[in-house]
Amino acid sequence: MSTFYFIAFLSIFFSILVISAKNPVHSILYLILTFFTFTIHYILLNAQFLAIVNFIVYMGAILVLFLYTLMLINLNKESEPVKPFMVKFAGVFGGGILIVALVASLKSIGISDPVILKNPDLGLVKNLGKVLFNEFLLPFEVSSVLLLSAMVGAVLLATKDPKAA
Amino acid sequence: MDSLTNTIHAVPLNHYILLSTIIFSIGVIGVLIRRNAIVIFMSVELMLNAVNLLLAAFSVYRGDASGQVFVFFIMALAAAEVAVGLAIIVMIYRNTNSVDINVLNRLKW
Repeated sequence: MSTFYFIAFLSIFFSILVISAKNPVHSILYLILTFFTFTIHYILLNAQFLAIVNFIVYMGAILVLFLYTLMLINLNKESEPVKPFMVKFAGVFGGGILIVALVASLKSIGISDPVILKNPDLGLVKNLGKVLFNEFLLPFEVSSVLLLSAMVGAVLLATKDPKAA
Repeated sequence: MDSLTNTIHAVPLNHYILLSTIIFSIGVIGVLIRRNAIVIFMSVELMLNAVNLLLAAFSVYRGDASGQVFVFFIMALAAAEVAVGLAIIVMIYRNTNSVDINVLNRLKW
């Protein structure tokens, strides 16, 4: 039980560091640590498939893409121009209000039941594969079209316009 | 594996919702206070992940595998979104020589 709270604390700590780090490269490294704590959360929920996918797709693919883009367009500046203090304060205040509103609505629900894994096989690859390829076969195939179109769009956007160049 | 899953036995669902709320709000704050387009994009990823965790927790709570399948779809969507978004950021950098979003104030009304 205390494992969850320790990992939750680490998640919040690293995600605060993500948005407060001056150097964008440090932000990305903290984001990797945050995603690693999320992977541990999935393991604690015995969602093994999600843990592996989170590890490979998020920490492996997406964050490498982020780092690569950042290196590609490196600004050679330690820090970006910061927003004025009032804007920052308003942003933090707005986010704080969001937390308060959501927590207050949560309080009105009252005491909740503990999360108990009734079926230990729930998050395993075998079980999820059966659900994915029976009930969700069409969305699964459509998502491949989505990925293909995203790839074509990314290539189209990132290549230089031959007429302009 | 039993000892591992036993560790979550006493965690109430509210605490998962609380954790996801806090991380989602941190993502919102990050979008509001940063000016670097890439850091803003990372904050959006943070928000997506908070929702993913909550969906997985609800899926375990209800004993329904559909929630975890949905998280899988969100991850596929996030991969597509990151590819397109970073391509747009590269294009912006090529045109304006910076990733400062205040340069793009022509989109302001």
